[in-house]
Amino acid sequence: MSSAKDVTDATFADEVLNSKDTIMVDFWAEWCGPCRAVSPILDQIASEHSDKIKIVKLNVDDNPQMAMKYQITSIPAMKVFRGGEVVKTVIGAKPKPAIEADLAEFLV
Amino acid sequence: MRQVIIIGSGPAGYTAAIYAARASLSPVLIASSVEAGGELMKTTEVENYPGFAEGIQGPELMIAMQAQAERFGTEIILDDVVKLELEGDIKRVTLGNGDVHEALTVIFATGSAYRKLGLEDEERLSGHGISWCATCDGFFFRQKTIAVVGGGDSAMEEATFLTRFADKVYLIHRKDTLRASKAMQERAFSNPKIEFLWNKEVKHVYGDELVTGIGMVDTQDGTETTLDVSGLFVAIGADPRTHLVHGQLDLNPDGTIAVEGRSSRTNIVGVFAAGDVIDPTYRQAVTAAGSGTVAALDAEHYLAALPKEALPKEVVAQADTQPAAV
Repeated sequence: MSSAKDVTDATFADEVLNSKDTIMVDFWAEWCGPCRAVSPILDQIASEHSDKIKIVKLNVDDNPQMAMKYQITSIPAMKVFRGGEVVKTVIGAKPKPAIEADLAEFLV
Repeated sequence: MRQVIIIGSGPAGYTAAIYAARASLSPVLIASSVEAGGELMKTTEVENYPGFAEGIQGPELMIAMQAQAERFGTEIILDDVVKLELEGDIKRVTLGNGDVHEALTVIFATGSAYRKLGLEDEERLSGHGISWCATCDGFFFRQKTIAVVGGGDSAMEEATFLTRFADKVYLIHRKDTLRASKAMQERAFSNPKIEFLWNKEVKHVYGDELVTGIGMVDTQDGTETTLDVSGLFVAIGADPRTHLVHGQLDLNPDGTIAVEGRSSRTNIVGVFAAGDVIDPTYRQAVTAAGSGTVAALDAEHYLAALPKEALPKEVVAQADTQPAAV
């Protein structure tokens, strides 16, 4: 699984909402095959753009409050947060170039 | 330079790899970056794959097929093919990362892609209540009312699976008979949470942020009705995934790749096709696996018949130094 740091219902405010960085939250679950497929790609993007964007992951099984609050109905769902607000949502496992294109505005 | 490149990682691709690897052809298999294992990765219990009396989980089956292909020396690459040049003696395959692989033969086993409803708001609400994967997304519809569209095995399987989470599942079909197998039909019919809506075609999906309902039209009398649902699972079939070979390989009118008789030979010599991408009819894991076998054997025979002096030196050297099949 991904090497990204885990965030939880309890730590979400501190780690994501109150962060000064651009943070992408990867909503995932153990039973989600496409989540497992996309996670190494997110790791790559995170390490190649570590100065631009941080990537953390939230297990939707263990953290139902945040999954519900952000109206997750399909995973993998990747939401980019800036200043406590969702500024971008990417849904589904896609090849790396497609995800990079979705995130282009945050990677330059 | 390779002897064979296999494109696709479903039952057809992996089985072709197992046979090609055991024939000492040192295949490379391009598995895709995010869809390795193919459609079965999104299923749960597979009850009709021979050899598993108690059934097997789809992902588990695909991981086993991959391991079996690797055991005999298949190299698996997790990337996507972006360009194929199939004409001529040497085939060129370009990957998403820019790498170019060359081979004497290509086995094309890319399967099929889910068909969309073709509705106005479908793209916008995808992932916001519209889904093509019950096993991925069913979890989020606990105690909700949802709908499944379709009349085949996948629609029955999805509807049945979704009753684990949802309170109520409408199964919407535009005809009054199902294409699904008897076993799957009966399972759906006997499930108290599933209600069938016959002769209905979905025409609209409603919702701003999330799906809130759908609009349907009766295919018999044209009556329009709406239904409040928070999820819509689409299982109306799949189309062969052929965009990489358009203009190169001949297609049948139904969109599948045309092959010669019962073989896997396409209109280009040295290019073989297998699995759902050539099959408009059966589309089972086990028929795809059988089709992958045919393609590997066809490729092997083709390579064996090539005059040695026509082969690039490195391939001849490779073939001479390889151990006999395991």
